[in-house]
Amino acid sequence: MPETSELKRTPLFDVHVASKAKMVDFGGWNMPVQYSGIIEEHNAVRHAAGLFDVSHMGEIDIHGPQAAELTDFVSSNNAGKMKIGQAHYSALLNENGGFIDDILVHRVAPDHFFLCVNSSNQAKDYEHIRAHNRFDAHVDFSSDRYAQFAIQGPKALATLQKLTPVNLSDIKYYWFVDGQVSGAPARIARTGYTGEDGFEIYLPPSEAERIWNEILASGAGFGIKPCGLGARNTLRLEAKMALYGNELTDSINPFEADLAWIVKMDKGDFVGRAALQNALSAGITRKLAGFEMRDRGIGRDGYEILLDGRPAGWVTSGGPSPTLNKNIGLCYLPAEKTAQPGVPIQILIRNTPVNAVTVPTPFYKRPKS
Amino acid sequence: MSYPETYRYTKEHEWVHLDGNHATVGITEHAQHELGDIVFVDLPQPGTQVTKGHTFGSVESVKAVSDIYAPVSGQVLESNELLSKSPEKLNEDPHGDAWLIKISIASDPAEINALMSAGDYQKYVGAE
Repeated sequence: MPETSELKRTPLFDVHVASKAKMVDFGGWNMPVQYSGIIEEHNAVRHAAGLFDVSHMGEIDIHGPQAAELTDFVSSNNAGKMKIGQAHYSALLNENGGFIDDILVHRVAPDHFFLCVNSSNQAKDYEHIRAHNRFDAHVDFSSDRYAQFAIQGPKALATLQKLTPVNLSDIKYYWFVDGQVSGAPARIARTGYTGEDGFEIYLPPSEAERIWNEILASGAGFGIKPCGLGARNTLRLEAKMALYGNELTDSINPFEADLAWIVKMDKGDFVGRAALQNALSAGITRKLAGFEMRDRGIGRDGYEILLDGRPAGWVTSGGPSPTLNKNIGLCYLPAEKTAQPGVPIQILIRNTPVNAVTVPTPFYKRPKS
Repeated sequence: MSYPETYRYTKEHEWVHLDGNHATVGITEHAQHELGDIVFVDLPQPGTQVTKGHTFGSVESVKAVSDIYAPVSGQVLESNELLSKSPEKLNEDPHGDAWLIKISIASDPAEINALMSAGDYQKYVGAE
């Protein structure tokens, strides 16, 4: 067992332990990897609702007359074009165009942006933004002020609606509202990391335990389940949502990661833009692709990929898909092999090449309601 | 959790049940619980030689791959076909229907009896 005493805890730690969740060290945080079982939790999110404690995620606020200019200079998407109450997916890039982090940016006011960032990157992100702050703006590290829950699944809206006066149906996908949940102030965003409809809510840590229990009670009739990071990972993989450290690293750029849509090259200068311009001129040589196993075996994170018997790439994330009942994964391959699906590849599983084939992504798309 | 008294147990969480010079090998209730949802089991073909303390296959859960080690040396007589179609049975009945392999043993039976008893194993996983 790891030394749990030195690991950071979310405000829900005691609740997780009392619920007999299996706890693991996740980037220095003692987090629940599963409650009842990864597949059961995964299916609850696909068919009913799941509640995740994601309070380990970091928050950074950018305020001031030039908050938009600073946010646009340090992130790749077009922050200044967002309306108040809008959110988008974006990236903090280094000078080489590689990922420092992938983030969600929320525009709270004309002069206020709220960033949700990965837990293990938060200190680095904050320093990076501050280092580039030659604008009339200030940067606040706000992680301690928020607990964060994700309520995801077709019954997420009905579950949360009972606890808030905000009309949740009025919040469009990737928009948010500052309102209340169970009487406590809450930022309610229609965002998520599962491929389902749902919400991510930011709350005062002192209210976290009470609200967690109220959400579970509210969703009990729908079959809501508390979920751990294990199901979060299988859900996001099916939806082809990237994970920092796997698909995204400081030496991978957004074009390689199939995330060209979060890069706005024509918005003006930003950190990493020159390197991305050079990369585009030279041609993108490797690209993210989806695969499924053809033969028995599971291609796991980090496994080598062979094309015609030669090393040609690696698996970034791989595992069983509970929804599709197949073994799937994401991998980097030479760009010319990713133009069309159906390319046969071999994955080196414990020194044995096992057949797989590239497939269209996302692996799972929720049915239109 | 209950552990059959007639089985012997290893520190790597396998069990072995001796019947004459045939041994049945599986993983323990504790092991399946720690692994979580099991989705894939890789076992050797009949006729394969396995060596005590060496890996002979793997069990994969949603999250991870775990090697399985042979508690005894010998030749594989049978691999459990049930697990290639229904790996989840290993979560449901690890001490019974979801055994892994049957071996014709080359080890001295005394070596097997020197493995942990059910009571010792329970203390071991309780203390781990």
